[in-house]
Amino acid sequence: MKIMANSINITINGIALSVGAGTTILDAAKKVNVVIPTLCNHQDICVAGNCRVCVVEIAGQKRLSAACATPCEEGMDILTNSLKVRNCRKHIIELLLSEHNSDCTKCYKNGLCELQSLASEYKIMTQDFIELFRMKRYTIDYYSPSIIKDDSKCIRCQRCVRTCAELQGVNALTVAHKGDKMKISTFFDKPMNDVVCTNCGQCVNRCPTGALVEKNYIEEVWEAISDPKLHVVVQTAPAVRVGLGEELGYPAGSRVTGKMVAALKRLGFDSVLDTDFTADLTIMEEGTELLTRLRKALKDKEENVALPMATSCSPGWIKYIEHMYPEYLANLSTCKSPQQMFGALAKTYYAKARNIEPERIISVSVMPCTAKKFEAARPEMHASGYRDVDYVLTTRELAIMIKQAGIHFAHLDDMEFDRLMGESTGAGVIFGATGGVMEAALRTAYEIVTGREIPFKNLEVTAVRGMEGVKETTITIEKPLPEWSFLDGVQLNCAVAHGLTNAKLAMDAVKNGTAKFHFLEVMACPGGCLGGGGQPIPTNAEIRKRRAAAIYAEDGGKPLRKSHQNPEVIKIYQDFLGKPNGELSHHLLHTTYQPRERF
Amino acid sequence: MAEIHQLLKRADFIFINDNDWENILLKTIQRPKQELINELISSELKGRGGAGFPTGLKWKLTSEVHSGKKYVICNADEGEPGTFKDREILTKVPYKVLTAMAVCGYIIDSDEGIIYLRGEYQFLQKSLEAAINEFNYYTKKIALNFPIQVFLGAGAYICGEETALFESLEGKRGEPRNKPPYPTTSGFRDHPTVINNVETLAHTYTIFKYGAKKFYDLGVQYSRGSKLFSVSGDTPKPGIYELELGMSLYDFVDEFGDGDTKAVQVGGASGFLVPRKKFNETAIGYQGKLVGISLPTGGSMMLFNSSRSMYNVLDNYLEFFREESCGQCTPCRVGCQQLLAGIKAVKRGERPASYLDKLLKLSETMQLTAKCGLGQSVANSFASIVENFREEMIY
Repeated sequence: MKIMANSINITINGIALSVGAGTTILDAAKKVNVVIPTLCNHQDICVAGNCRVCVVEIAGQKRLSAACATPCEEGMDILTNSLKVRNCRKHIIELLLSEHNSDCTKCYKNGLCELQSLASEYKIMTQDFIELFRMKRYTIDYYSPSIIKDDSKCIRCQRCVRTCAELQGVNALTVAHKGDKMKISTFFDKPMNDVVCTNCGQCVNRCPTGALVEKNYIEEVWEAISDPKLHVVVQTAPAVRVGLGEELGYPAGSRVTGKMVAALKRLGFDSVLDTDFTADLTIMEEGTELLTRLRKALKDKEENVALPMATSCSPGWIKYIEHMYPEYLANLSTCKSPQQMFGALAKTYYAKARNIEPERIISVSVMPCTAKKFEAARPEMHASGYRDVDYVLTTRELAIMIKQAGIHFAHLDDMEFDRLMGESTGAGVIFGATGGVMEAALRTAYEIVTGREIPFKNLEVTAVRGMEGVKETTITIEKPLPEWSFLDGVQLNCAVAHGLTNAKLAMDAVKNGTAKFHFLEVMACPGGCLGGGGQPIPTNAEIRKRRAAAIYAEDGGKPLRKSHQNPEVIKIYQDFLGKPNGELSHHLLHTTYQPRERF
Repeated sequence: MAEIHQLLKRADFIFINDNDWENILLKTIQRPKQELINELISSELKGRGGAGFPTGLKWKLTSEVHSGKKYVICNADEGEPGTFKDREILTKVPYKVLTAMAVCGYIIDSDEGIIYLRGEYQFLQKSLEAAINEFNYYTKKIALNFPIQVFLGAGAYICGEETALFESLEGKRGEPRNKPPYPTTSGFRDHPTVINNVETLAHTYTIFKYGAKKFYDLGVQYSRGSKLFSVSGDTPKPGIYELELGMSLYDFVDEFGDGDTKAVQVGGASGFLVPRKKFNETAIGYQGKLVGISLPTGGSMMLFNSSRSMYNVLDNYLEFFREESCGQCTPCRVGCQQLLAGIKAVKRGERPASYLDKLLKLSETMQLTAKCGLGQSVANSFASIVENFREEMIY
């Protein structure tokens, strides 16, 4: 067997360098600032090597090699821009274009398409090859409320397939047929709303072209804003404020909360409110629910108490568990997600307080998420008597609106959210990162039970932070208040999973009994909402890390860090809801789930 | 010149059935492994599937890898248009193949053999499994742990490509993998794997039975031994013939042609078309330092006489490739479609004749950049037909 040297000496375009064993040519080239174009390659998923755009010439070899899939070997002399490489690469781009619906000006991804920018870089001015895409029939799947799948723009790089399989373990998108008929398809080619798709939008985040995009509601929202009879309220999710900047020229991890509020006001929304408020409210409801379940299980010794209790904020996760683990639906917290709690309250509590007829209210949410579009359209989400959330925009769509409105984002002065449902604590903010709901819940639940703050420095439950797939921690409850004496010495096992592949790991551990969790947080997207399917493109581990740092910085900078301290939350219980898990809460803030098929 | 072209010579090893496989197996697995590898290397047997990788080296490399699990796989996905030899081997002398697999298993320390049988050969499955049952019974008797099983493919041409075959065996979609890693280190289920064509394995049986010299003495330099040829097309005597390698195509046509042979397709749809004027300078064997052209083949020899339109032949091949490309890599998936649409457009006068040159360049790109042998070899038949019969493409 060949002995693997620690250091391999190669040259790239004449530049000598040493790399570690197993380094691909693509990664080696990055070290010496040589750019090799790629299409099917994405840092988050496995190497495919099927677009062949990244081919390079290795001296002594007749054939070219895919830089993304070829490991460096000692003495390799690599050329990334030889005539042979250029000619082949150009051919490949031309081939892709010949099969691609190149009606770029009418494409949602115009200007953001990786194929388009490659074509522009290589100045593909003529189309010598036969336009194959005009000879074929393609379908455009508009059925999903979240995602539009347009096969005529697909370049078969399989990024979406690998994302759906590896990151999410859902396999809603797979490859079907072969040869010229090969396409990315669903189970029996059913429409996207009829298959196991969780609407998480991770495929949208990674599609290099316009083949997979979010269904946008920009025009509908403009129309509502422009209608003087309507009162349009908008809520913004925690992760939006750390992502939006990327779409508007800021580096990843920039916090633009104040400017975002100012921009929303300029866009003409009548009231700019905060999903963080209902995130705090969620903690009150969900925390109470958890304590109730623990009381039933530990004190009342009831059987069949569904533990672990799993969070229900992530609509991708909800649909996933409905498909994959329908026998565990009782384990889900019955709490609606913050978005839907907000929607239900906007047309009841807010309408009453502001004295506006609820039928005149249009409730818009800005989310880092495509699954939220599906969630808002769920038939049970009409607790207010109207559709609770009328339109869901992604972070990307909001950026488009800001650009359309001619707003110079960077020059805006920071503004504050409007009152009543605009106040939030740091606990609400960290909902945007994986582990955030867990941390926020622990901050409040521990204090309710013991009367003391959770014993961590700066309230930071670091064990549930970070990008590890499944994080587990155990909190021991000591000296609880008399009411909670049954919890004395109880070790509360908590687990946090992000990305549905990790959710599967956690759920399988629950299912086969190897894990005894009490509380399980799951976010469908890698990194939590900050890596959501509606967040700015591109995404990778580094970008997500920066967004997470921004979220925690936002939390650290808040004067109030615990949900139960939120004065507006205290007020809503006094004025409207009564008490957590009370009757009105149950009507407005809690929901039910339904089992779904596995395909 | 004797080493360059040799006369057409029949050989008869493969289909001779002495019913002695039990003896051969028992004797062979008592010999030292290294000796067997050396025997195989000195025979200069090269893979008979068409690619021509030295078999002894393949076994040697795999035997040197340390791994708890190794596999021996027989590639019986005989899908190349114009080949029909493997099914005869599996029908008439399956024990030779099974014995060879077991010997390979002994050499590389593998305890599992799999035969990947082409989906269309389902009719063979029963008889093959009967042979395997008897074989497994015998190996158990001599305490050789090497069970063999048959896996039936689903009919995709691409699954004859070894890494696509592994994917298919693993229950996945048959798509070729990136290489490296090669099967010798990471094959089926990412374990070191020897994968050989049916005929290759049958030849190793000959070598272990008679010794390497007997095999080596056949053929010419770089192309040793005999090979089965599937002769079809415009010939009065189609069939399977075992011939020594190295004969000139002229002699071959002299023997098998119908007196009006215009061209011969050597190596199936992914091989080369040789026009009459080049028969004399073309030898059948692996590329070596021979004078003239030397064409390897998986055994497919298709003869065309003057009544055939070479445009139709090419159109037929390209339609085949367009459909049988797995579709994952750009040059192959789109390239095949473009080549086919391109020659049609030229034929109809929608594109100028010079468009053929653009297509030739495209086929070269496919050869240089496609992920696996399928896309890389489309250029073989395309270029050899377009270059030699250009006027038939246009008019």
